[in-house]
Amino acid sequence: MIKTDVVIIGAGPTGLFCAHQLGIIGLKCEIVDNLDKIGGQCIELYPDKPIYDIPAVPKCTGEELTNNLIEQIKPFNFNFHLSDRVQELKNENNKWFVKTLNGKEFETPNIVIAGGVGSFEPRKFPTKSAEKYDGKSVLYSIKDKTIFKDKSVVIFGGGDSALDWAIELSNSSKVTLVHRRDEFRGAPASVQKIKELSDNKTIDLITKYSIKDVKGNGSLESVEIKSESGESKVIKADYVLGFFGLIMQLGPIAEWGLNLDKKTIPVNTENFETNKNGIFAIGDICTYPGKLKLILSGFHEGALAARGCFKYARPDEKYRFEFTTASSTIKDRLGVKE
Amino acid sequence: MAKIKYIEFNGTEHEADVANGLSVMEGAIQNDIPGIDADCGGGMSCATCHVYINDDEWFRKLPEKEMGEDDMLDQAFEPKSNSRLSCQLIVSDDLDGLTVHMPEKQV
Repeated sequence: MIKTDVVIIGAGPTGLFCAHQLGIIGLKCEIVDNLDKIGGQCIELYPDKPIYDIPAVPKCTGEELTNNLIEQIKPFNFNFHLSDRVQELKNENNKWFVKTLNGKEFETPNIVIAGGVGSFEPRKFPTKSAEKYDGKSVLYSIKDKTIFKDKSVVIFGGGDSALDWAIELSNSSKVTLVHRRDEFRGAPASVQKIKELSDNKTIDLITKYSIKDVKGNGSLESVEIKSESGESKVIKADYVLGFFGLIMQLGPIAEWGLNLDKKTIPVNTENFETNKNGIFAIGDICTYPGKLKLILSGFHEGALAARGCFKYARPDEKYRFEFTTASSTIKDRLGVKE
Repeated sequence: MAKIKYIEFNGTEHEADVANGLSVMEGAIQNDIPGIDADCGGGMSCATCHVYINDDEWFRKLPEKEMGEDDMLDQAFEPKSNSRLSCQLIVSDDLDGLTVHMPEKQV
């Protein structure tokens, strides 16, 4: 059990800046994110796209913004729990007990939900029949590639993940690559390589088809694919892999009794607390009259939520407002010397 | 201004007058029409404002896809050759009478 002042859910820009504000006022926090890296949507959806409306930063990419925020909170040495998801909240004696998917447990007076539009999850096959093989022979990510040795593997998708795995697995497996159109969005060199492998019959490349059904009797045996005009083909398959990118799912947050309104959490604008004491929501996931889904709004919300956390984390102390330019206490926390 | 018809997967029809310059996605969101999620808010960064244009003539008449739209559509739920992202369809008088069909789900 990790005891802390605040658990932040979401390591996007809003969660990161809230962590900074908590550090400045002398509170500790632990940050949990479902992605395997820090940065949220900024890093997952648009790492290379320039952003033009960060105050005093005329132009920066999602990746630059993330790196700068990581740099800014470095002095506080906060822990990140990546590739993990908060699954369960329980309140006992005004303390929140938080459990994650990977079995980590936290005890904290405060939770700040900075979860954006939810956690990123792989988009799955639309076919119902694929569900019963999910995680066994129908996979959306690869942890151990040795399981595919000498097997028939059917890969769906047209992006880098699909192409890279098709190329990689073609060395030791019978690979079929299926994509819904003739163009691929992967790197040009990978697309070129796929065409070569297809020309020399190392892989089977089937375009303008998508999945229709998976079939098997206990274990997966084949996958049926269909074209838009209704033709279908059956391909022998020991494994079916889908790489359709990531979608955002609210997940367990929806079950915490936070009076959700269209996938967003209503908060007051004084400290961004929700209807539950000690649970705050900031960034894209919160809603209030006039809400703008801008990164700069998330920063403001995080700063106020951090002060809101103070009263539960230090019930016997009075919060004192201080400027970073003047306060020697803050400078000590930041480890800066003048 | 254009009258846009949005048809949910279950057949429920909605009609909205959408001002020029807004996207077909915004027309749905502002009028509380279900079936279009628009998680990223119109940045062509998700694929949750996916619609089908079932009328061939309308599909050809729409502004052409920009770079990236098809890549994003690869990641949509059940994309077809008549799929579009409704955040990329900017409303003008020319779009008056357009009908879009929503997929079974967005995520």
